[in-house]
Amino acid sequence: MSDQMTEGYITEDGRKIGGTLMEMKNITLRFGGVKAITDISFDIKEGEIRAIIGPNGAGKSSMLNVISGFYVPQEGEVWYKGAKRPQMKPYQVAQQGIARTFQNIALFEGMSVLDNVMTGRLNHMKTNMFQQALWKGKAEKEEVENREVVEKIIDFLEIQSIRKTPVGRLPYGLKKRVELARALAVEPHLLLLDEPMAGMNVEEKEDMSRFILDVNDEFGTTIALIEHDMGVVMDLSDRVVVMDYGKKIGDGTPDEVRNNQDVIDAYLGVSHD
Amino acid sequence: MKTEHLGGTELAQSSQAAGGLQSIPALLHRNATEMADRPAYREKEFGIWQSWTWRETEHQINNLARGLLNLGVNEGDFIAIIGRNRPYMYWSMVAAQSVGAIPVPLYQDAAAEEMAYVLDHCGARFVIAEDQEQVDKVIDIQEDLHQFEHMIYLDPRGMRKYNHTQLHEFSHIQEQGFAARDELTPELERRRSKLDYSSTCVMLYTSGTTGKPKGVVLSNRNVIESAKNSSEFDNLRPDEEILAYLPMAWVGDFIFSVGQAYWCGFCVNCPESAETLNVDLREIGPTYYFAPPRVFETQLTSVMIRMEDASPMKRKMFHYFMEHAKKVGGDILDGNPVGFGDRMKYALGNLMVYGPLKNTLGFSRVRVGYTAGEAIGPEIFAFYRSLGINLKQLYGQTEATVFITAQPDGQVRSDTVGVPSPGVELKIDDNGEVHYRSPGVFEYYYKNEESTKGTKDAEGWVATGDAGFIEKDTGHLRIIDRAKDVGKMADGSLFAPKYVENKLKFFPNVLEAVLFGNGRDKCMAFVNIDLTAVGNWAERNNIAYSSYQELAGHPQVLETIKSHVEEVNKSVAQDEMLSGCQIHRFLVLHKELDADDGEMTRTRKVRRRIVEDKFSDLIDALYGGKDEIYTTTEVTYEDGRKGSISANLTLIDAPVVAVTSGKVAAE
Repeated sequence: MSDQMTEGYITEDGRKIGGTLMEMKNITLRFGGVKAITDISFDIKEGEIRAIIGPNGAGKSSMLNVISGFYVPQEGEVWYKGAKRPQMKPYQVAQQGIARTFQNIALFEGMSVLDNVMTGRLNHMKTNMFQQALWKGKAEKEEVENREVVEKIIDFLEIQSIRKTPVGRLPYGLKKRVELARALAVEPHLLLLDEPMAGMNVEEKEDMSRFILDVNDEFGTTIALIEHDMGVVMDLSDRVVVMDYGKKIGDGTPDEVRNNQDVIDAYLGVSHD
Repeated sequence: MKTEHLGGTELAQSSQAAGGLQSIPALLHRNATEMADRPAYREKEFGIWQSWTWRETEHQINNLARGLLNLGVNEGDFIAIIGRNRPYMYWSMVAAQSVGAIPVPLYQDAAAEEMAYVLDHCGARFVIAEDQEQVDKVIDIQEDLHQFEHMIYLDPRGMRKYNHTQLHEFSHIQEQGFAARDELTPELERRRSKLDYSSTCVMLYTSGTTGKPKGVVLSNRNVIESAKNSSEFDNLRPDEEILAYLPMAWVGDFIFSVGQAYWCGFCVNCPESAETLNVDLREIGPTYYFAPPRVFETQLTSVMIRMEDASPMKRKMFHYFMEHAKKVGGDILDGNPVGFGDRMKYALGNLMVYGPLKNTLGFSRVRVGYTAGEAIGPEIFAFYRSLGINLKQLYGQTEATVFITAQPDGQVRSDTVGVPSPGVELKIDDNGEVHYRSPGVFEYYYKNEESTKGTKDAEGWVATGDAGFIEKDTGHLRIIDRAKDVGKMADGSLFAPKYVENKLKFFPNVLEAVLFGNGRDKCMAFVNIDLTAVGNWAERNNIAYSSYQELAGHPQVLETIKSHVEEVNKSVAQDEMLSGCQIHRFLVLHKELDADDGEMTRTRKVRRRIVEDKFSDLIDALYGGKDEIYTTTEVTYEDGRKGSISANLTLIDAPVVAVTSGKVAAE
């Protein structure tokens, strides 16, 4: 790659991006004999919106699962906040301030929107099960505090009108928004979005894009996202990693990536004559 | 006149000693003194009803007012206020009045160009906007606004990156006002003490059914006298609860949520968002409620749809008791004699059906309810009354500071608009147009002397533009139609479109109807179906549709609408004067009439002339006797972009009832 930026930079729209938050060093991930990811390195800087794109089966979701600690790579190192991350369980990764949404929505269908979002606060709760069962006193105070955070997120994502609605009754686009709300409830430093726009219509995509930009702007959250919709990716992200067959074939600003011949070939295909 | 300082920061009220509560800020001070700890505002935010007492409200308003002084607001400046009903926006209006400026609330869903006209016309130097959306609109048109200087925004979300040389956050303005309280309070006090009955209270732009909006200037006399008279008429008390959800730019909201609220000292509740309105309504349970007929129609439609989906047992019970309510409910409400058995049955019904239903609708506590703006369907009206909800009709306009006539308790009917409100004189001129004179009659149209003269004569009589008559035996006013819309058919018989349209609109399936026929030999109609009602019907009958347009063109829908038209024709034929207005042919429009396309006003009244021009090809086709027509129509999206939709429309003949001219003499 060209000269790696270790320090922050200024985006086209004038936002200040900080130093490196997470760095992937020579990651290789194998499932038996299948190489899902081959020797990939890239970094995510504080406050930026970083996209990972690529055709189907390129290994994007695997990459995201490595970041979230769900997969452990056979080779390579994950550096987070300036320290090498030891092998961790996903919940430990979450405790470090990394939250995610899923490609196939993973909410509690029978629970209300509010309760679903409240589950995102779990890591911020200190009381134990017995205190919570008794509820009065410490647990009550804690719930009030956490509810306040959750209500601000509900307000932020404009889902007040479905606060008490069971998630199972909601349309797809709103479920996606609830999932984002739950991830935000963690108050993450790094937010991972696995295809946040999949299956949405144009209007829903516009809304979701707006929310992603607002989250980044308002809370300063660093965002790494996987997305298929190229228009969305190019509009939203500051920098893009392009993967194909488990390899990195491009890395840079949307404009740089768009003009990269390897990327064009991967997406449009090349004739093999 | 005495002046006193409260803790060195609060303000004294000079006019109060004279017994003259002659401005809204003066009323605020009275309330903050006499009922300091009663709630003045509530707003649901973060899932909780946050509330402010009158004392806190005065504190908030004073800080904002001083902040406005700090920003350089002069007496007589116009301050535009754009946003949905929130306490802060109401405070902005009163704060503007406090510093001698004139608040101009705008419709928040207006497009940027519409706002440009109003902002330019009043030459607003300051704008108080609710959020980024409104700020963006003003920034879009900023270049054409020569007098515009500063904008204050309430919700800081998404605003960080904006250039803040002319932008200020609401809370910062209040903080600055608080910080500079010692030096600015004397000036605020000086300006406030100058306010009296003759000073301007607010300027409201009419929705403009025809032509450009006009700025109606209302004085403190107009507002306070009207608020006082109407509060006494309905016996409003400090413990009323109202829900403020109608556009702030509309005179009704100003009178209910500011005029009457400050006069009586009752609490104004603001919903969390437009989507949560129904839940919020239920939680608050207003005692005094106001809604245009459309809201009641929508609610009734949704009740009926939900009953269709209910279990057979519940459905049976609902219909059984509603039948009974229809019979005796209205009489019980009006205090007419009703048999003991019927009363017992009604009480049982109340326990089983009416009570729970009213609770669901949020009407459990409604003591006085009003509907106005349009005619309400007799069946809809009767439905609510039979449940025991004291729903009444009101007739008014911006120029009258709302009240012209209202129905007193016990004299409520669906076909009249009531007797003259206290202090109002009525007269009908030779053309049948209704005129009134009252303390609420507006001062003038801003920068439009010509229109002022055309509307208000030297003696203070104002032409309403509505044709109507006063019933001899009851003294109630009945409105037929807009005076300018009333015309003659080719054969000389009366053409009153609204009369027929309303009959059609009373069917839940019909959202809107427009009748044509002035100067012609037959009447033709456009119809908009109600997507909620018809959509539900389609769902239950397994009819798939993807859009309004597709559903509107479905043969079975057309057949249903045809049967409605037929019924309307039967009913119209019974009225000797208007039997010529039967609908001979009609079509169901391929798009909903929309304010964004200019086809309706923001208060959802059809702009007849514009519809006539825009769809002239369709009207020609109806009169030309064609069976089908292909048409393309321009539409405007919410963000102002334009597109077009096209459709093949079916034109349908409707059966009409033959009318024998004149009665056959008995032999």
